[in-house]
Amino acid sequence: MPDAPLLEISRLDAFYGDFQALFSVSLDIAPGEIFAIVGANGAGKSTLLKSIAGQMPAPTESILFDGEKIGGRPAFSIVRQGVALVPEGRRLFPSLSVEENLLIGAQGGRKGEWNLRRVQELFPVLAERARQPSASLSGGQQQMVAIARALMSNPKLLLCDEISLGLSPLVVRDIYAVLPAIAAGGVAIAIVEQDVARALAASRRVVCLREGRVVLAGLSHDVTRAEVAAAYFGV
Amino acid sequence: MSARAFRIERGGLAGACLALAALAALAAAPAFAGSANLGLLSQIFAYIALASLWNLLAGFSGLVSVGQQAYVGLGGYSLFALTMFGGLHPLVAALLSGVLAVILSFPVAALLFRLRGAYFAIGSWVMAEVFRLIAAQIKPLGGGSGASLPTIIVTGMASSRQAREFMIYWSSLALVALVLGLTIWLLRSRWGLALRAIHFNETAADSCGIEITRVKFVVYAVAAFGTALAGALIFLQKLRISPDAAFNVNDWTAFVIFMTVIGGIGRIEGPVIGAIIFFALRETLSDLGPLYLLMLGAVAIVAMLKAPKGVWGYLVDKTGFEFAPLERRIVYSLNEGNNPAAPDSKGDRP
Amino acid sequence: MEWANSILQGVLVGGLYALFAAGLSLIFGVMRLVNIAHGDLIVLAAYLALVATQTLGVGPMTSLLLIAPLMAAIGYALQRFLLNQTLGGDLLPPLLVTFGLSVIIQNGLLEIFTANSRKLQAGDIEVATWAISDKLSIGALPALQFAVAVAVIGGLQWLFYRTAMGRAFRATSDDPQTAQLVGLDNRHVFALAMALSLAIVAIAGVFLAVRANFDPAIGPARLIFGFEAVIIGGLGNLWGTLAGGVILGVAQAIGAKIDPGWQLLAGHIAFLAVLAVRPEGFFPRVKH
Repeated sequence: MPDAPLLEISRLDAFYGDFQALFSVSLDIAPGEIFAIVGANGAGKSTLLKSIAGQMPAPTESILFDGEKIGGRPAFSIVRQGVALVPEGRRLFPSLSVEENLLIGAQGGRKGEWNLRRVQELFPVLAERARQPSASLSGGQQQMVAIARALMSNPKLLLCDEISLGLSPLVVRDIYAVLPAIAAGGVAIAIVEQDVARALAASRRVVCLREGRVVLAGLSHDVTRAEVAAAYFGV
Repeated sequence: MSARAFRIERGGLAGACLALAALAALAAAPAFAGSANLGLLSQIFAYIALASLWNLLAGFSGLVSVGQQAYVGLGGYSLFALTMFGGLHPLVAALLSGVLAVILSFPVAALLFRLRGAYFAIGSWVMAEVFRLIAAQIKPLGGGSGASLPTIIVTGMASSRQAREFMIYWSSLALVALVLGLTIWLLRSRWGLALRAIHFNETAADSCGIEITRVKFVVYAVAAFGTALAGALIFLQKLRISPDAAFNVNDWTAFVIFMTVIGGIGRIEGPVIGAIIFFALRETLSDLGPLYLLMLGAVAIVAMLKAPKGVWGYLVDKTGFEFAPLERRIVYSLNEGNNPAAPDSKGDRP
Repeated sequence: MEWANSILQGVLVGGLYALFAAGLSLIFGVMRLVNIAHGDLIVLAAYLALVATQTLGVGPMTSLLLIAPLMAAIGYALQRFLLNQTLGGDLLPPLLVTFGLSVIIQNGLLEIFTANSRKLQAGDIEVATWAISDKLSIGALPALQFAVAVAVIGGLQWLFYRTAMGRAFRATSDDPQTAQLVGLDNRHVFALAMALSLAIVAIAGVFLAVRANFDPAIGPARLIFGFEAVIIGGLGNLWGTLAGGVILGVAQAIGAKIDPGWQLLAGHIAFLAVLAVRPEGFFPRVKH
C-alpha cells in the first residue's frame, strides 16, 4: 500500500504494576485497512488496544497516529483525535436508552459523515429499538450499539475488542458482514479476535501476539493455518 | 520446607517496653508536675483516647463517623445524672456511663448501619444532634443552658483540690492505657484480622464466612464505651456541662479527626502523635481564633491529599520501626532456608 | 384550623429543604461524592448575597443573577482543582476533605463577618400574604420559595433526561471509564455537576437568608436537613427529594406546634423512623 500508515506503533512496552504485558511491540495500520490481532488468552491483545485508546499508560513517542504522538494521552482526547474503541464486553451505559447511547458517542468525537441516521441504516434494529433501555437488548444487538456508538465519534481508526464474544455464529456473521462497509468509507479497523479463521477471513493483514510479543506478522491470505498455530502456541 | 525453616513473629517487644516505661513516668508525674500541666496532660490523654477510638472506627473498620460527640455528651450527661441523682461516686458513675453507652449503641448502630459509606457519616451526625436535642429537654439538668456539678459531689470525691486533680489525672491516664491496650488487643485478635479482611474487601471477607455486621457491632460498641468514658472524665474535669458543649461537633469530632489524619490514620501510633501535634499547635496558635481553626482545616486537607499516611506513616516508611505492629511477620531462618533438601522453599520467599 | 395552618407552612418550608437537598443529591448521583461542606456553602452564598445587596443596592432575588454564576464558578474550580483529586474508591479522602472545607468556610465567615446574625431584606414580599380563610393564609415568600423549588427540581429533571449534559452526567455516573472512551472528560463532567450543584446552593442560600436570620455556624444543620430530605425521599429520585423535604418540613411544623423545643427533634425522629421502617426511602430510584 502506498499510503503513509495511519497508526504506527514502535517498540511499545506496557505494564500492570510490576508485570510486563507487552514487550517492544511494533506494528502499523494503513488508512481504510482491516487489521487483525490474534493470540491466546493473556497474549496482550486487549492491552495493546487499551494502550492505543489511552486506557493504559504508554510512552508518548511509542504511538504515532495521523502524524501525532498520542501515547499516554487521556482516553477522551484520543477519541477526539479519531480513535474509537469498542470495548470488550460492550460496556453500554445502562441508564441510557439505545438512542442516547448512540448520541453520547457523538458528543465528544469528531465531525464527519457518521451520524444517527447512518448508523441506524447500518443496523436497522437500532432505529426500531431506539427508545428502549440498552440493557433490554439481546447480546448481538448490544454489540451493534457498541459498534455504532464508536462510529458516532467519526473515527479514522476503529478498535474492536472481541466483538464476537458470547454471540451465536449467525449473529457474529451479521456483525462481521458490516465491517467492509465501514472500512469502505475510509475507516481503518483493528479487530482483536479469538476465532483465528474468522479474523483471517475478515482482514487484509494480521499479527499474532504471544506472551506480549509479536511472533507473526503478514498478509492474512498468505499465512497458513500451520504458521498461525505454531505462532499461537509457540510450538 | 522443614517445619523450622521459618517462624512467625509478632514483634513489638521494644515498643511494649517503651510504652510501659512511659506509663510509669507519666504515673509519677503528679510528684513533680504543676497543677496546670496535670490538667493539660489529662486533656491530652482524653483526646488520645477519643482519637484512638475514632481511628478504630474509621481507620480500621471503615465506619467513618462524624457523630462520636453523641457518646462524649452521653458520657458527660450520664456522669452528672448518676452523681447528682444516683448519689454515686464520680468514678463509678463514669464507668457506668460507659456501660450505658454500650447498651445504647446497639439500637443506634442497628439504625445507622442501614446507611452506607458517607451517608453513615452524616447519619451518625444526625444521631448526635438527636442526643443533643434530647439533653436540652432534660429540665433537672438545666435544659438548654446546662448545669454545674454541685460542690458536695466535687468535695465528696476527695476533700482537697490537689487530691481531686491527681484522681482525675490518674483516671485519664488509666483511660488512655485502657483504650490503647484494648484497641491493640482487639486488632491483634481474630476480630482484628476479620476487620482487616473487611477493610480490604468486604465481599471477599463475607465469602470467607466473616460475619461483617457482628464485627462492626462489636467495634462500634467498644468505641461507644471508651468515648463515653472519656466524655465522663472530660466533664468531670470541666465541672460544668451544657448540650452545646457536650455534643459539640468541632470539639469532639473535628479536632479528633484532625489528630488522627495528621498523626496517621489506620495506625495505632497515629492518634498519639496527632494529639501531641494538635496540642502543640493549640498552645501556640489558638489566640488567632477562627484563623487558627481555618488553618487546621487547611492543614488537614493538604495532609489528606499529599501525605495520607500522616506523620507516623511517613516515619514508618522511612525507618520501618513500629511501636505496636499489628501484622505477624514471617521470619525465615537462613540456614535451613538454604537447605537444598527443602523442596519448595523458593516459592515461599517474599 | 391552626393545625392546618401549621402543616401548610411546614409543606412550604419543605420546598426550601428540597432546595438544600437537590444539590446534594445531584453530586451524589453523578460522582458518589457526599459534600459535608454543602450546608456551609449555602451559608457562604447567603453572605455573598448580603454583600451584593449592600454594595450594589439590588434586591436579594436580583442578586441571584450575580451570585448563582459566581457560586457555579466556585463549584467548578473546587471540583476541578481539589475534589477530583479525592475521588477514586476510598471513602475517607472526599469525606475528610469536604469536612475540612466546612471548617474553613465556617471560620473564614466568622473571621470576616463575626458571629452576629444577619438577614436579607426582601421588602414588601416578606409581609405579603394571601388569606385563604380567617386562620389559613399563605405568605408570598414561602409560596415563591416553594414554586422555585418545584421549578428547580423540574428543571433538573429536564436537564438530566432531555439534554446532552444530562446524558453525559448519567453516562459518567454509570461507568466513568467507558465515558472516557466516548470522549467525555470526567474531570470536566464532575466539575460541571458541582457547578450546577452550587448554582442551586446559591438559590437555597438567598431564600434561607431572606426567610430568617443566619450566622456562620448554621451550615451543618442545613446539610443535615438536606441529607434527611434525600434519604426520606429515596436516593437518586429528584421528585422524591421534594417529597422528602415536604415530609421533613411538616414533621418539624407538627413538632413545633407541640412544643417549640421539639421542632428539630420531630424532624430527626421522622427521619429515623423512615430509616427504621423503609431504609430505601419512600421513592427509591426506579431501575431502568
